[in-house]
Amino acid sequence: MPKKTTPTVIKEESMEIQKKMIAENFRQLYDAPKSGKKVVSTFVPGNLNELLMCFDFARNLPEINALQNGMRKKTGRMIMEAERAGHSEDVCTYVKADLGMMAQGNIGPTGEVLPTPDLLLLSYTGCFTFMKWFELVREQYKCETAMLHVPYQGDGVVTKNMRDYVVKQLKQEIIPTLERVSGVKFDIDRLRQYLRESAKAEEDLVWVLQSAKNKPSPIDAYFGGVYYVGPIFSSFRGSEGAATYYEMLRKEVEERLRQGKGPITPEGEMPEEKYRLVVEGPPNWTHFREFWKMFYEEGAVVVASSYTKVGGVYDFGFRHDPDNPIETLADYCLGCYTNLNLPHRADMLAQYVEEYEADGLLINSIKSCNSFSAGQLLLLREVEKRTGKPGAFIETDLVDPRYFSAANVKNRLESYFQMIKQKREGSVALGVAA
Amino acid sequence: MKCFIGIDLGSTTTKAVILDENLSELGHGITNSRSNYDIASAVAKQEAIVNARMNLVEQSLSDFPELSGRLEKILDSLERSFRLEQFMESLADLEMVCRNNAVGERFKGFEQGMAEALIETFRKLRMEAPELFAPGAKRKSDFFRDIAGSRYLSIGETVAQEAGLAFDLMLNVYDRSIIEVENRITGENLEEMILSALGRALKEFTELSGVSVQVEGAVKDALKIELEETYVVGTGYGRARLPFSKEHIRSEILCHGLGAHVMYPKTLTVLDIGGQDTKAIQVDDVGIVDSFQMNDRCAAGCGRYLGYIADEMNMGLHELGPMAMKATRTVRINSTCTVFAGAELRDRLALGEKREDILSGLHRAIILRAMSLLSRSGGIRDEFTFTGGVANNEAAVDALKSLVKENYGEVTINIDPGSIYTGALGAATFAQRAV
Repeated sequence: MPKKTTPTVIKEESMEIQKKMIAENFRQLYDAPKSGKKVVSTFVPGNLNELLMCFDFARNLPEINALQNGMRKKTGRMIMEAERAGHSEDVCTYVKADLGMMAQGNIGPTGEVLPTPDLLLLSYTGCFTFMKWFELVREQYKCETAMLHVPYQGDGVVTKNMRDYVVKQLKQEIIPTLERVSGVKFDIDRLRQYLRESAKAEEDLVWVLQSAKNKPSPIDAYFGGVYYVGPIFSSFRGSEGAATYYEMLRKEVEERLRQGKGPITPEGEMPEEKYRLVVEGPPNWTHFREFWKMFYEEGAVVVASSYTKVGGVYDFGFRHDPDNPIETLADYCLGCYTNLNLPHRADMLAQYVEEYEADGLLINSIKSCNSFSAGQLLLLREVEKRTGKPGAFIETDLVDPRYFSAANVKNRLESYFQMIKQKREGSVALGVAA
Repeated sequence: MKCFIGIDLGSTTTKAVILDENLSELGHGITNSRSNYDIASAVAKQEAIVNARMNLVEQSLSDFPELSGRLEKILDSLERSFRLEQFMESLADLEMVCRNNAVGERFKGFEQGMAEALIETFRKLRMEAPELFAPGAKRKSDFFRDIAGSRYLSIGETVAQEAGLAFDLMLNVYDRSIIEVENRITGENLEEMILSALGRALKEFTELSGVSVQVEGAVKDALKIELEETYVVGTGYGRARLPFSKEHIRSEILCHGLGAHVMYPKTLTVLDIGGQDTKAIQVDDVGIVDSFQMNDRCAAGCGRYLGYIADEMNMGLHELGPMAMKATRTVRINSTCTVFAGAELRDRLALGEKREDILSGLHRAIILRAMSLLSRSGGIRDEFTFTGGVANNEAAVDALKSLVKENYGEVTINIDPGSIYTGALGAATFAQRAV
């Protein structure tokens, strides 16, 4: 038999830097027990990274751990471990991967022991599971918990009341708790400085994501997009490093655009852009590359995605505002994609299909995510109706490898691409037939 | 003649349809999908060519006034005679392979006995073969593997017993040999086989001796028509394995949508229940897919579910529907899992429920799953076309009709007797349009 060779994976320079940044963050976490740095665990949507930086916390993000473990094919065993501990098959697999990882000695994605957090900070932004997750984790860590309750945008608007309510909690609950746990006094000017960096990074990120409006798109706003949002969604928003990263990324994409190049894939340049898609839902992490390949092999580029907005929606104008530091944090949390109601999400997706001149909306529904799978078919119908573009629906999971059925997914994707093609040619070639 | 061929490589069967330039069907063929997809598609295509040839023969014979009123009988006789010959050819091949395989460590000391037992078994198989293809004879399946297999096992068991041989030696040699035989394409001399079958068929009709020369001439002319393979499109689960380039491959969802449209041009919603998947498809007025939903992660609600139930009940797949039709009531059966349904089935039997009533419930369970997919794809619109192997099952059709009426009111439901060919027909139509 011929010897199996591992193909060389093509990466852009920004990807390498991004990888280094993530590794550095893990380093900080692993070293925390020695360095004496206080550790906070918090979730991506609605994270208060700039604020946490003001208290010198090392930031641990459980979803990032789970997805990093998923990409490293480690989550299968972790999930089994959690199931042995009594968690059912239908529970969110991020939660089970986290609990399984803890049961196996809390060894982080890059192979060292993650520290016990000093604080669990929950910004509650639309995902009910987050609350239950920390409840379970708190049992084991026996550490302090703080909760920022962000009202759900049920009516699609942020009222003054809602904003005041979040601001009040930040001032009266969150900041005092952070001061107490960290032993660091809050400095609002330090916060302003971080917010300034955030806004810079946000500006460049938006430019990068919107570059996909070009034809061909110089980026893939989903598979490539998850790399691009990595720093800003995790522990780097507000840091100088993040601002520099986005500046560099923007230059890279500007150059690709100038040369009329398509996105870069793990196997190199994408030669031809045949289909432009908008995608709703996170990618599958355990088979990330295989999943991506099903798209680029067929010439399908994702030009916009809602997943790259879960850690912050910036493309409709919001930027962190150093002049209103506390209020801006409230606005950020209230505006997270996870905190938006269904009509709002439908508006956004339909707008993407139109503005990015996409061929249609594809939903990747997550089997173990009950909060966001509910209503997704309605979203699909609604966007189809409004844009007149065909949609498609596939199902995978975040980090449970058992839920990724490659043959099924591929079959549906191929059918979808062919359907788009037929539709395009339809009236011309088939209108008179049969 | 230009031919456009569609091949649908399904998980259970492989189908082929041949169309002419005007999208008229020339012929269709089916075979069991073996582990070897190349062979399965070649065999299905060959079967479709046989069918096309037979249709051409029919056309040319229909011009003879002397044959009027007898044509159907003559053609039936011709077809049976041809099938018998095809069967005998494969049987001879199987005998040779079995005898070659009855050697080695396992058969040590039994070589002589095995050789004799095989000779005797195949002698009996050959003897009874004409009965299998006699007028009006019912065969459980048209696939060589099934017909030869069931008869070999039955005759072989008696022969082995009489010879004092262990039956599993016979079984072992058959299992090894059938795969080899099945993965060979036979009948290269198709035209000759049809002609010799015609000769035998005409002998049964002595009153036609006066025109036999002319009839043979007409048949020869029909066989001479060149069937030029202009464009082939493949579809189905095995499509990636077809030896075709990408342009020649279409997703089965698109093919089923288009196939259903070709069969019934007013179709807006299509339900296809195949061996391992169920598809709910919405098409536009030219047969192009608008949206679709498929079962995922689980095959409950597919044809395999019935296959599993048939095994559990020790019945043939084709016997399930007729038995369910005898039900006087419908037992509620859980439809979420094929294996659980098996357990539920045994439980119900133990509770004294009648087999037909349980089967009726199982058919309803399958259709309930399909109803869920249909509603997720956008519901049922008028007209509604039901395709796939399960559309041949009357109990499933019955359950579907009542659930459609319950949920959507009066809707025209189309079911073509040849609905198993829908995907291949769609593929052949794509082939014609590609040129």
